Amino acid sequence: MLKESLRMSISNIVANKMRSFLTILGIIIGVMAIIALITVMESATGEVTAQFENLGTGKLTVQANGTALKSGLRETDLAKIEDLPNVSGISPSLSQTLSVVYSGEMLEDVAVKGNGYAYFQRTLDAVEKGRPLLPIDCEQRSRVCLIDSDLAHALFSGEEPLGKQLLIKGTRFTIIGLLADPDVDDVMSQLQAGSENGTLIMPYTTYMRLFGVKGVTGLEVYVTDSDLTNQTVEDIEAVLDESFNYHDNSYNVINMESLLDVMDTMMSLMTNLLVGIASIALLVGGIGIMNMMLVSVTERTGEIGLRKALGAKPRSIQVQFLMESVILSLLGGIIGVALGLAVSKVLSNMMNIAFVFSPGAVALGVCFSLAVGVIFGWAPARKASNLNPIDALRSV
Amino acid sequence: MTQTTESPFFRMTGICKSYRLGDEWQQVLRNVDLSIEKGEFLSVLGPSGSGKSTLMNIIGCLDTPTEGEYILHGKRVDQLDENQLSTLRNKEIGFIFQSFQLLPRQDALSNVELPLIYAGMNVHKRRARAEEMLCRVGLEEKLHHMPNQLSGGQQQRVAIARALATNPSILLADEPTGALDQKTGRQVMKLFRELNEEGRTIIMITHDVSIAGNASRIVRILDGELSEGGPEDA
Repeated sequence: MLKESLRMSISNIVANKMRSFLTILGIIIGVMAIIALITVMESATGEVTAQFENLGTGKLTVQANGTALKSGLRETDLAKIEDLPNVSGISPSLSQTLSVVYSGEMLEDVAVKGNGYAYFQRTLDAVEKGRPLLPIDCEQRSRVCLIDSDLAHALFSGEEPLGKQLLIKGTRFTIIGLLADPDVDDVMSQLQAGSENGTLIMPYTTYMRLFGVKGVTGLEVYVTDSDLTNQTVEDIEAVLDESFNYHDNSYNVINMESLLDVMDTMMSLMTNLLVGIASIALLVGGIGIMNMMLVSVTERTGEIGLRKALGAKPRSIQVQFLMESVILSLLGGIIGVALGLAVSKVLSNMMNIAFVFSPGAVALGVCFSLAVGVIFGWAPARKASNLNPIDALRSV
Repeated sequence: MTQTTESPFFRMTGICKSYRLGDEWQQVLRNVDLSIEKGEFLSVLGPSGSGKSTLMNIIGCLDTPTEGEYILHGKRVDQLDENQLSTLRNKEIGFIFQSFQLLPRQDALSNVELPLIYAGMNVHKRRARAEEMLCRVGLEEKLHHMPNQLSGGQQQRVAIARALATNPSILLADEPTGALDQKTGRQVMKLFRELNEEGRTIIMITHDVSIAGNASRIVRILDGELSEGGPEDA
């Protein structure tokens, strides 16, 4: 019986191709808008999240501008922070542009940085060749450095740089490693990108001693367990308060993860809002289907009367008409999903973000259209099933 | 369903039907008594407005009487609900309409299959049965013709095949020749007589005395009252 209703519904939809298409256009547009919005928003969220994660989850950024009396953190303060529970390591950010000398030749405009060993523990692929900075380098203020490929090229042009010695501010440094080229998509690396002639990294302790730096104003703190990050922030703030005598605005601890949470909430709020707007199109589409079904019932009054005379129960008439509206809207839904995915693929290409296929959005689109078919098909189907066969037959 | 002890084939007693017209009740059928034996060919003859359509609707289980008792094939029709009436129409009544009432977008075979769908018959049996019925009415060549590719007479034959499909107790024809020319009408009447000779019970509603003459028994209806009357009275 269901199969027969299905067959009859389909034959009627096919018989009225143009009208059926125009009717489901509303559904197509509605579902397409919903799918495209959700997919693009999810892709964009995924992209931004990934970038934020690059910037640092499991990592806190401390800006310690200090006070008039004390600018930045001393090495003792740094040691206190490093000894806090849940802190796996710290890496102060120190940098300046200097000239570097190799075998009598001077190269200007080199970004010289002081980093902690912890940076290399966290970023395992930062070193392409040689070895990273180790705890002992920082402890002993070793005169070692790592250089990036730009600098290697500028100084050695093809020669093996490992083990070579450079002069920085008159001090001899041994090259222990080559830095990997930064990932072009990695925002953090781009932000850190050095000057045009390349980058050189040495232990921060060595840096501070060499350049006579008294205070560190910026550092990164790496946490072991990111679930405990909030506690760690408080611990760090306690150290900083003490260090800066509870001066206001003397420091700032930034937790990227909490920023990420805020952004996630904003994105999903935005998505919900947009989907809500797109649903209006679906509602209008549903009304279109209801209208077409009502016209169809009126047009086919005679047919309904005949079917009833031949033994169709009210229920089978209702099922037939309901099925017709459900097939129509489902068809619209499926076309809408396909178009929506296509549109979001094109949009994500244009926006240069990774396209994320969202099964949830597809399920939502299909369910929405199904629901529209049932809700807006119900009344016309009911009307058809309640027709009196005598009046219905007479109308022909 | 109520089963009476004697279980008559077709018996109407004291059937009345009234419709509300504004503030007044208009009585369309007055105290109609009618009994039919299995295998009879009955004509109900009456002018328009005599109540013959209303009577047909009640015989055809499309409508229920206001008063009275109607027993068809042992069942009290006047006490059934809509679903039971649907089943009864499907099993017991084969409708033949003046304007054929074929579905225009379906071929002859599908049209004949229609009541079998509602009888719940599977597709293979259904197709075979529909083919058999179309052969019976002489349309074995036209199984896949659409209604608009058939002449009026052929369309009415498809409708007759459809009426025969569920092997009903009664063929109920409403002015079956009304939309046909005389010659085609006669051919359809010949088919009716043949079917009657094969043992089918036929009730034919008409206003045309000469058509009514094909039946073995004629009843007349006038102003909602039924009376027996042979063709010689016409």
